[in-house]
Formats: sequence, structure tokens, C-alpha cells
Amino acid sequence: MSEARAALGPQSRPALPRFVKLRHDRARGIWVLLAPERVLVPDETAVEVLKLCDGATTLDEIAAALARRYDAPRAAILTDIAAMLDDLAAKGFLRDMSEAS
Amino acid sequence: MDGDTMGGLSPAATARFGIPVAVLAEITHRCPLQCPYCSNPVEMERAQAELSTEDWLRVLGELADLGVLQVHFSGGEPLVRRDLERLVARAAEVGLYTNLITSAVTLTRERLAALAEAGLDHVQISFQSSEEGLGNRIGGYRKGHAKKLEAATWVRDLDLPLTVNAVMHRQNLHQLPEIIEMAVALDAARLEVANVQYYGWALRNRAALMPTLAQIETASAVVEAARARLGPRLVIDYVEPDYYAARPKKCMGGWGRQFFNISPSGKVLPCHAAETITALDFDSVRDRPLAWIWEHSHALNLYRGTDWMPEPCRGCAHKEEDYGGCRCQAFALTGEAGATDPACALSPRHEEIFAAALRDSATGSDRFTYRNFAGGTLEPVTEPADDAG
Ligand code: SF4
Ligand code: SF4
Repeated sequence: MSEARAALGPQSRPALPRFVKLRHDRARGIWVLLAPERVLVPDETAVEVLKLCDGATTLDEIAAALARRYDAPRAAILTDIAAMLDDLAAKGFLRDMSEAS
Repeated sequence: MDGDTMGGLSPAATARFGIPVAVLAEITHRCPLQCPYCSNPVEMERAQAELSTEDWLRVLGELADLGVLQVHFSGGEPLVRRDLERLVARAAEVGLYTNLITSAVTLTRERLAALAEAGLDHVQISFQSSEEGLGNRIGGYRKGHAKKLEAATWVRDLDLPLTVNAVMHRQNLHQLPEIIEMAVALDAARLEVANVQYYGWALRNRAALMPTLAQIETASAVVEAARARLGPRLVIDYVEPDYYAARPKKCMGGWGRQFFNISPSGKVLPCHAAETITALDFDSVRDRPLAWIWEHSHALNLYRGTDWMPEPCRGCAHKEEDYGGCRCQAFALTGEAGATDPACALSPRHEEIFAAALRDSATGSDRFTYRNFAGGTLEPVTEPADDAG
């Protein structure tokens, strides 16, 4: 996990590692991302993206699904979500399963 | 999962001081180690007084209903309780993020695998030092250090994230660079460099633990350089110790706001050290539902928000930032839990206490009083110990 990490690309298959949990928080009515000593509050779009990060679906396919759902240009979505997920990956909260050995 | 079945808080309580995020479940005070800075109260709770498995199973459900997101199983040494696997499984079942805070000296690979199987999310192992000699002397436990190293490798083998926790003081601060290297070598994701907080056992041992100003300055520089070098490879949490900062820290995010602690016998405390404030009475989960306690506990309400503050906090621009600092420290050092934390440069007691601290660091003996149920034991005198520092 500690080696240098390549940036996510269209063929990446992002997934949350087992110790990071996306969960709906009933008491506060929001979605939260739970990690060791951290509670992140992803925005609505991020939640939709993270729900699709199952380690099998590629980033490209995720962008396509969102493009259909929101009727928005796929290329722009791809750029946006790659940046957002890269940020999480840099913190160790997301992995690219296409790289996993 | 409908939204309204929670045994939760009234909207008024939620608005006034919010929903707690994390809870420290101190399931026992029993521990094989005897660290002289242990945050447990000097009057520890014995095994007979501990909550039963059934009590904890119920309380964990109440925590989730309340809106708590993370539970830290701690102690004492939580592994002492045989029902830990069941408690972890219950916490996972109700959706709590689970962390085990352990000294790890009695951990086995099988037990760790069983805990992971039960749903454990994260492990934090405390280290007393970067090497065996000093580590075992501080913990008062032979072969402790080697066992910790071994346990840390099991944690990573099972793909559990690891935090290394190192409590720092005058007698080990010189090892900080080695401790950082050790955390990297153990593939920890996080290193918590925790300066000793002086109440309870640590206050008794202050003369043996208080760092010098030069040590603190070096430590801050070491942490900064390591952060720059390691980047996200190792997250280093480090807070400058109170005694050397001009302003107190925002203790626990404010009294009774985001966090609470449950003692082995079920008392709900605003922080793990609050029982050192002997003037306070705390409600127990044995007598009341948690939601009631969070909202109505006299002890929790006493220092919530800013209304209770005396001068100089009352008129201070920083009062919402630090909530007047730490109540336990105020009580330990001034005898009044409601006083401004003397760590603050604006406290009328600051100079006097600061001076005492510096004196301790310069002249204190290195001899420890070990933490135990007998009320503490003075470290035996051996040959003139010239330790590596
Ligand atoms: S600080 Fe030391 S003695 Fe206290 S609970 Fe932790 S390991 Fe045990
Ligand atoms: S006077 Fe009180 S509120 Fe102001 S900085 Fe000091 S502790 Fe904080």
C-alpha cells in the first residue's frame, strides 16, 4: 500500500478498501465515509460515484452511467470524478483494483 | 432502514450541543502493563465492578441509535475481556466503525483473526519506545516490546489498517526519529505522537516525565521534516504539549459536544480523564438510557458551551475556538474544574505553573511510580542508571 501510486485512469477499477465504509447516517440524515480516526462527509455527487466503486466497474463505465443519469457530457464527468477519487486514493481511502496483484 | 426508529435525541438537544461522533469504550481497567503516565484514574475500577456482556451489547445498540459513528474499544487492556469478539461483532452489526486500542502484549494471531472476522475495522497499538530496554522499563513488562512488533505484523498481514501510538515524555523524546522509522517499517498508516497529559498517574510522575523546552522544539522540527519527507505514506498526528504552548487545546472538541467515554462500570464521562475531577458525579448506563444521559447529565451540562466560563475566558475572543481548554487540567493544577486552563497564557496561574513545569523538567528524578491496583509502586533502584538519552 505504501508504494508510489499511479493516478487513476479510465480503465481503473476503484473500490473502497475494507476498512473504509460508506454509510448512511440516520441520525444526521447524511452519508458519511468512515475511516480510521476520520469521518468524511462526501457531497451528493461523490456519494453517487462511491456507490458505483465496486472494484469491478471501470472509471470509464462509472462516468458513462453518470452521464446517462444526469444527461451531462461524459468526458467532463470523467475528469471530475477522476480528480475526486484521486484525492481519496492519495489519502489511502480508495484503491485501484486493476492494479492489485 | 427508516429514519425514525432511533432511541435518539430530542431536536432541542441536537441543536444545542450536537450528536456525539465517537465514543471511547473503556471496557476494563485491568492491564498487564504499568505505564507511569496511564490515563486511567488512580482509583481504578476492579473486575467485579465491570459492566456485563449483556450491558455492553445493549449499550452498543444505544450508541448507534444516538448517532455515534465510531467506537474505540480501550481500557486498561481490552483484550483482558474474553467477550471482546462478541462486543466487536455487535458493534459491526449495528453499523459502528470499530477500533481496537491495545498494548498488544497478550494478543495472539488467532485472536486477532477472530476479531477481524467479527468485523474489526482498525487496530491501534501503543509503543512505549523504539527499543526493548526502555520500552519494557516504561511499561513495567518484560518482553513487551518484541510482542508489540510481532502483533503489528499480524495486523498488516490481515490487511487491517494500523495506527502506532507513542506516548512521549522526557525519557523517550530523543527516540522520536526512530519511532517514526519504526512506524514506517511496520507499514502503519498513521502515527499518533501523543505528549503526556498531566493528570492522574502522569501528574504523580510529572517530575520523571516532563520534557524540556529544547526537547519539544526538537520534536516539532522532527515531526515537520518527517511529514515533508513521508507525505501520505504515514500520517503523523502531533499536538504540541500544553505546557509549552501559549493557548490551550480544544480539549475533546469541547466538553460534552462530539465525544464521550464509558468507564468499565458504565459511567458516562466527557473524556477519559474526567474521573480525576473528584468533585463530579457521573451518570451510569446501568441506571439511565444513553440518550437521556447525553442530554440531561448534570456533569455533562456543567461545562458545556461558554455560559459557565469565568474571566478571562468569558470576555475572550477565542472562547468558541478552545472552549477554555481542559477541565481536568484546570482541576488538577488549580483545584477548580471551572477555572481557565492554566495552560493558557492569559490564565492568572499560568506563570506560576509554567515555572513549576520547567523546574520539574530540569531537576526531576527519572524514577517512576508504576500504575497498579495497589495505588502505585515506586520503581526499584538499580545500579546508577545512565540511560541512553
Ligand atoms: S497506558 Fe499502559 S498501563 Fe495504562 S492502559 Fe495503556 S498499556 Fe495499560
Ligand atoms: S482565556 Fe480562555 S478562551 Fe481565551 S484563549 Fe485562554 S483558555 Fe481560551
